[in-house]
Amino acid sequence: MDIDTQQHDGLCQATLAGEFTIYAAADAKARLTALLDACAEVELDLSAVSEIDTAGFQLLLLIKREAQRLGKTVRFVAHSRTTLELIDLYNMAAQLGDPLVIPAP
Amino acid sequence: MDQPLQTYIEESRALLEDMEAILLHLESAPDDRESLNALFRAAHTIKGSAGLFGLDPIVSFTHVAENVLDRLRDGQLAVSAGLVELLLQCRDHVSGLIDTVAEAGAALSDEQQQAGERLLLALHAVLGEPGTAATAPAAPPVPKEHAGAVETSGGGRVESDAWHLSLRFGRDVLRNGMDPASFIRYLATLGEIVSLTTLAEALPEAAAMDPEGCYLGFEIRLRSEADKQAVENVFEFVHDDCDIHILPPRSLVEDYFKLIEALPEDNHLMGEILVASGALTTRELELALACQNLKAAAEPPDEAGPCAPGKPVGQILVERGDTYPEIVDRALKKQQQGREHKAQEARFVRVHADKLDGLIDLVGELVIAGAANALLAGRSGNAALTEASSAVTRLVEEIRDSALRLRMVPIGETFNRFQRVVRDVGRELGKDIALEISGADTELDKTVVEKIADPLMHLVRNAMDHGIESAEVRAAQGKPARGTLRLNAYHDSGGVVIEVSDDGGGLKKDRILQKAWERGLIAPNQNLSDSEIHQLIFEAGFSTADAVTNLSGRGVGMDVVKKNIVALRGTVDLDSGEGRGTTARIRLPLTLAIIDGFLVGVGSASYVVPLDTVMECLELSAGERAALARRNYINLRGEVLPLIRLRDSFELGGEAPKRENIVVVSHAGQRTGLVVDALLGEFQAVIKPLGRMFRHLKGIGGSTILGSGEVALILDVAALVKQATAREMAATDAAQTAMH
Repeated sequence: MDIDTQQHDGLCQATLAGEFTIYAAADAKARLTALLDACAEVELDLSAVSEIDTAGFQLLLLIKREAQRLGKTVRFVAHSRTTLELIDLYNMAAQLGDPLVIPAP
Repeated sequence: MDQPLQTYIEESRALLEDMEAILLHLESAPDDRESLNALFRAAHTIKGSAGLFGLDPIVSFTHVAENVLDRLRDGQLAVSAGLVELLLQCRDHVSGLIDTVAEAGAALSDEQQQAGERLLLALHAVLGEPGTAATAPAAPPVPKEHAGAVETSGGGRVESDAWHLSLRFGRDVLRNGMDPASFIRYLATLGEIVSLTTLAEALPEAAAMDPEGCYLGFEIRLRSEADKQAVENVFEFVHDDCDIHILPPRSLVEDYFKLIEALPEDNHLMGEILVASGALTTRELELALACQNLKAAAEPPDEAGPCAPGKPVGQILVERGDTYPEIVDRALKKQQQGREHKAQEARFVRVHADKLDGLIDLVGELVIAGAANALLAGRSGNAALTEASSAVTRLVEEIRDSALRLRMVPIGETFNRFQRVVRDVGRELGKDIALEISGADTELDKTVVEKIADPLMHLVRNAMDHGIESAEVRAAQGKPARGTLRLNAYHDSGGVVIEVSDDGGGLKKDRILQKAWERGLIAPNQNLSDSEIHQLIFEAGFSTADAVTNLSGRGVGMDVVKKNIVALRGTVDLDSGEGRGTTARIRLPLTLAIIDGFLVGVGSASYVVPLDTVMECLELSAGERAALARRNYINLRGEVLPLIRLRDSFELGGEAPKRENIVVVSHAGQRTGLVVDALLGEFQAVIKPLGRMFRHLKGIGGSTILGSGEVALILDVAALVKQATAREMAATDAAQTAMH
């Protein structure tokens, strides 16, 4: 998986791309926490996430919760279909949805 | 038939064989816990896998048998001879069911179906349940003590009609390659997930969080028609790593309360979640809490009731276990069994027999090519090349041996099958007979093992029926009342010997002779050696039994036995003494494909003698040569050695060279010398069968191709030895007649 980051005055825009699964979890955790350390406001674009499993899901949850603890903001935007599907299955749209747009079938 | 089903059938048959062995073992050792466990696991695996293929008749029948085995294992039932008998019959029935699967489209005969229903009734009787043919696992029965406790515990049944599942996945679930999401998706196929709450309270702060660990828990409401077993099966693979609580629809409020206490999360939070998800109504939760307070007040704190606060989680789990012991038990078993299965799979690779045959064919070609190579290298006179080539030859030999060993299986498995036969037949005949097995590790070619089972069966049945006497007769003769049947196998000069022996009455020579005369097989007054008399019983239609029983005595069998063994290039002979018992000795070639040979030359032709039969080689001295003109034997260290001149035997013609050699070969204890021109050394021969035209050729076992590309014939030593012995006997007879 790849995390591509751009910074605009305190707002970090990052794009998660590829397989966001247990195989990439250790790497992803390190990079996401580093990202959160560096920025006060993070916007994560999930549109290019081709696959996500429970490990990936937990990381989304972790980063969201960590941001709350540190008084920062993390937003997830443009969830890919697979990401939406998992969040929906776990009934966690309220926590991880953000501007969650349910796509037309 | 598709591959997985084929595999299932094979595995099930192996498991059924195991079950049979275990059941027989239990007869003598009824308290062997390990065996009881193994028995249960085998039945369980058969049932479980049958479920995967939708083989409902197998599932429903085995399910009942499994329940009985389960009780045996728990010690609720005791092993008795009657029960073992019943279970053996059940095993046979399952085996019949599996046969119908194997022969696609086959159905059970009416008789089998009736037998199945009768067995089911018997099993239910053992279980103490009313016998019903419907064997699908019933809806979970309401535990009695709880039904009675409704009023006192202050809680009735909850109103909700959905299952409630509490899942707390273990840390290692993800690492083990399992994803909670897939379980939930699968669960959704069983019914409708009414509500799902994800609990992430266990998720620690970033620094302490293991990205590959799993921290999630779920509270799920499932509306489904599925039974408890089906719901529980969803989590079969993860049970070890996951704390699972399953409450059936309309469970007792008290059970929910226990659940709340058992879960790691804060009770209050859990209560809210349960109410929010619709599992409990607010009123029910209040009732449960009231119950808790009531109990806490009524009982001393150390004597914790079902809803006492502050009780250790472990204790609550135990109580919960009391409520649904089968769930916990079954899940544990499943897990254990899965692990064992995997361990076994890792040790064995299933290979199609055709592939193996292909490999052995190739190795055969390699041996031939290697021989050509070695020959050319030898001729070139290049030392380095010769050395390299001999290294290759050695490796080829090793490859050949390993390849052939792949096909070798121990005969023990075949032997063990007879435990059941001996037991059943012994019972039928009213004789007490013990089976002793030795040499079970002796290996021989798989095809040979398969084909030897039938002849062995005949011999074993014969020995039990006619060989071993009834207990009274035995007692009168001072023998132990219990008869003994022995199966033994060992390697002997390039072949395998299988012995079936009994300690019975032995063959009665005069009876055999009398029968033989009656049937015109021999002339009256004909003189026969003991072994010749014994061989008579292999004649078609020969039986000396006074009574024809179900098992044997009809005079069909022994001739078939002999025919089958001869078809495997084997021989069978009998060793018997009146009153001492009988031993049938079957000799079989070790393998059917490649042999170590000894190459000899006669004139321009080459012959291969199987190396295992070669005892020694010696030069034919001038004196002996002169004597050979008059007689066909020499004096070898004080013993008569009959000789066969291959030149004459095969009518090769030509002049014998100045020096001739003798190859002393042995078969079944008989020795014979083959007179040849030249000894050419050891040689690996890939046996090429002779064409149909040469089928009746005596003394030739096959052909092989030499390194030079020439064809060499492989000598059938057994036939040659027999021929020489017969000729000697005829000569002796003739001499005796001449003297009279």
